[in-house]
Amino acid sequence: MSFFKTIFSQPWLGDAAATETVPGGNMGGGMRAPLKVKRTGLFVFMGVATALFSLFTVAYKMRMGMGGWTNLADPAILWTNTYILVAGSVSMHLASRLAARGKMAAAKYAFIAAGVAGFLFLGGQYLAWQELNAAGFYAQANPANAFFYVLTGLHGLHLLGGLYAWGQALVKASTGSNAADISASIKLCDYYWGYLLLLWLAMFAMLLST
Amino acid sequence: MAEQGREDAHRDGDGEMHEPTSFLTKYVWSQDHKVIAVQYSLTAIAIGLVALVLSWLMRMQLGFPGELEFVDQAAYYQYATMHGMIMVIYLLTAIFLGGFGNYLIPLQVGARDMVFPFLNMLSYWVYLIAVLVLVASFFAPGGPTGAGWTLYPPQSILEGTPGYDWGIILMLTSLVIFIIAFTMGGLNYVTTILQARARGMTLMRMPLTVWGIFIATFMGLLAFPALFVSGVMLLLDRAIGTSFFVPEIMSLGETLDYTGGSPLLFQHLFWFFGHPEVYIVALPAFGIVSDILSVHARKNIFGYRMMVWALLAIGVLSFIVWAHHMYVSGMDPAFGFFFATTTLIIAVPTAIKVYNWVLTLWNADIHLTVPMLFAISFILTFVFGGLTGLFLGNVVVDVPLSDTYFVVAHFHMVMGVAPIMVVFGAIYHWYPKITGRMLHNGMGHFHFWVTFLGTYAIYFPMHYLGFVGVPRRYFSYEDLEFIPDSAHDLNAAITVAALVVGVVQILFLYNLAWSYFKGAKAVANPWKATSLEWQTPQTPPIHGNWGKTLPEVHRWAYDYSVPGAPDDFISQNTPRQDFEKLDEASEIDPDPTPLYPELGGHAVKESS
Repeated sequence: MSFFKTIFSQPWLGDAAATETVPGGNMGGGMRAPLKVKRTGLFVFMGVATALFSLFTVAYKMRMGMGGWTNLADPAILWTNTYILVAGSVSMHLASRLAARGKMAAAKYAFIAAGVAGFLFLGGQYLAWQELNAAGFYAQANPANAFFYVLTGLHGLHLLGGLYAWGQALVKASTGSNAADISASIKLCDYYWGYLLLLWLAMFAMLLST
Repeated sequence: MAEQGREDAHRDGDGEMHEPTSFLTKYVWSQDHKVIAVQYSLTAIAIGLVALVLSWLMRMQLGFPGELEFVDQAAYYQYATMHGMIMVIYLLTAIFLGGFGNYLIPLQVGARDMVFPFLNMLSYWVYLIAVLVLVASFFAPGGPTGAGWTLYPPQSILEGTPGYDWGIILMLTSLVIFIIAFTMGGLNYVTTILQARARGMTLMRMPLTVWGIFIATFMGLLAFPALFVSGVMLLLDRAIGTSFFVPEIMSLGETLDYTGGSPLLFQHLFWFFGHPEVYIVALPAFGIVSDILSVHARKNIFGYRMMVWALLAIGVLSFIVWAHHMYVSGMDPAFGFFFATTTLIIAVPTAIKVYNWVLTLWNADIHLTVPMLFAISFILTFVFGGLTGLFLGNVVVDVPLSDTYFVVAHFHMVMGVAPIMVVFGAIYHWYPKITGRMLHNGMGHFHFWVTFLGTYAIYFPMHYLGFVGVPRRYFSYEDLEFIPDSAHDLNAAITVAALVVGVVQILFLYNLAWSYFKGAKAVANPWKATSLEWQTPQTPPIHGNWGKTLPEVHRWAYDYSVPGAPDDFISQNTPRQDFEKLDEASEIDPDPTPLYPELGGHAVKESS
């Protein structure tokens, strides 16, 4: 385990000992490659988002046990939205694979499709809100409704952030940056799209099961 | 190879590429971590001054009731709420992570800047917005919220609580904005430490300051979401009438529309953030104090690895102790037992740190400089506040002492005075690097002694007040039979001490400003310290920090008083060979293998 190797190293022994106990990869070397840096940042952010949604889940479960809770009739359109999000993630993954193999033109179409799917999903979520509102399921009527609006809203905001990065990558691609740079951006979007899909599936499962 | 080449180009050339030229890009919309650090710190100090004045007003009411006519019940609770919230979040969290974190991380790990400079700039400006929204609540109709800094519902969002109209909404909004700012900054700190360390800077060679900030940032990134969740939900309860936290309730004779919400749910969420928050403030202080002690005692920190492990252990444990803030909210005795146990366990790594600090001082060449005085006073204050924490961590002791001044004394000692002592020590320590000038020494000593003795004069008697049963959160103690006369006298004395200590902080700010223009010019490394920030080619460091080439690190940050070295310190970027040459020149055993590595390496040879 490199974690234990790291924390058991003996820094006071100087260079010789450090190279023995800490492999070269851990020796540091100025700013690393941009992809690696951004990936670390993205993973940390995903950790924060996971903490956020986990806490909402805990709050949801705790609040369910209290009074005034009526289970929500989940709008049918959520299923369509889920399929769209799945399609978007698959498409984004495809784009990432294609870009890694240097097929930039094909990758670009898949990448654009993934972004469009993101917008479609957001539109679909908005329709779900409309539907609930029209049926009288206001946020203040029942905590289950309120949770629904908060969770879908926050998930949507996270997706909007992703779409901002997507737009930036698109600008980068159309202004002709080098292929490695573009493919790195696509790779990062791929991670995030996959993450948001998992997050949504977890939220959706929780909403359906209650 | 190609990637290596690009990395090198990035590493070596970046320093001169984006040098900002205009005043606006250099000092206002700056993406330089050093400027952002100063912006963060000055904003935090400015809002901290507001909180200081609020504490004066509260103390006036407690010590000399009725003297200030504008302090009525509502105002008193508003002052208490804002004082607490500002000090904990907007001052301490912001100055330790946004201020010292921003300034020290890139310099101490040998980077040119944070890895995401734009995000870093955004972090400051969003923080400023959070502060301005908070300040706006002072001018809103009805004033700021008076719900207490814990903002417990239902009381915090019901009519009758001061600031019901606007104050509570602005407070919650400000917190949500602050958390967004913190997340942007935190992502930067963590990623910079993980990905932008100079060649040779292994994690276990980092100064403990960076370790403390690193772990505190991780904790913040995991704990602030809990405040975010509770803040958003409380905001919805107040603004659009959802029932997350508010049960069926009668208010002012009317039944409200709320049904079935759970106030306890809020308390759990709040303290799941609130307790780690104590350590988010404490861990950077632990790290900084370790470095100040080591530098000014001319000795390696005792038990470096144990210090890192203790930081990690405290970071993990602090997430499973939160309900010790809720003993009096009513809970299953088994839960109380669990949380009391974890609370006591967390004392173990904390005690290890205290022992290591003391052992660092043992037999050391102690220089009683102003930063050192503050660092030592931190140890005393922290032990004091920590020990009363052991009392309060036990359910049976907590129940009678809860809601008395004993608690006020405890948390002010342990997370108010102790960390602020480190903030002062750190400012005295790093001011020469930040500005290129030394702070005035005489003013510094005066500031220290009045602050140190003064804070004891304030908080020591509060323990006694707590034992005789003086409840906290009371606006007035007049005509209460269970309060002895001595408590009133003591309250007056505490108020006088608080006013004096407060005034001395103004002197400190004057020193900051005076020394910036008139202070003695500082040399590059006035304390003869080993860590990288003191080895920059310019003082203060310019944009890009390191000139053409990044430093290479060859040793840990604690090579003080190494036998055979010409100076009593060896900077982290001194190569091995140079040191061996020095060894031969001084005709001392050139064998680089330390005799007793488990006892801390080189320094051992000295005593034999």
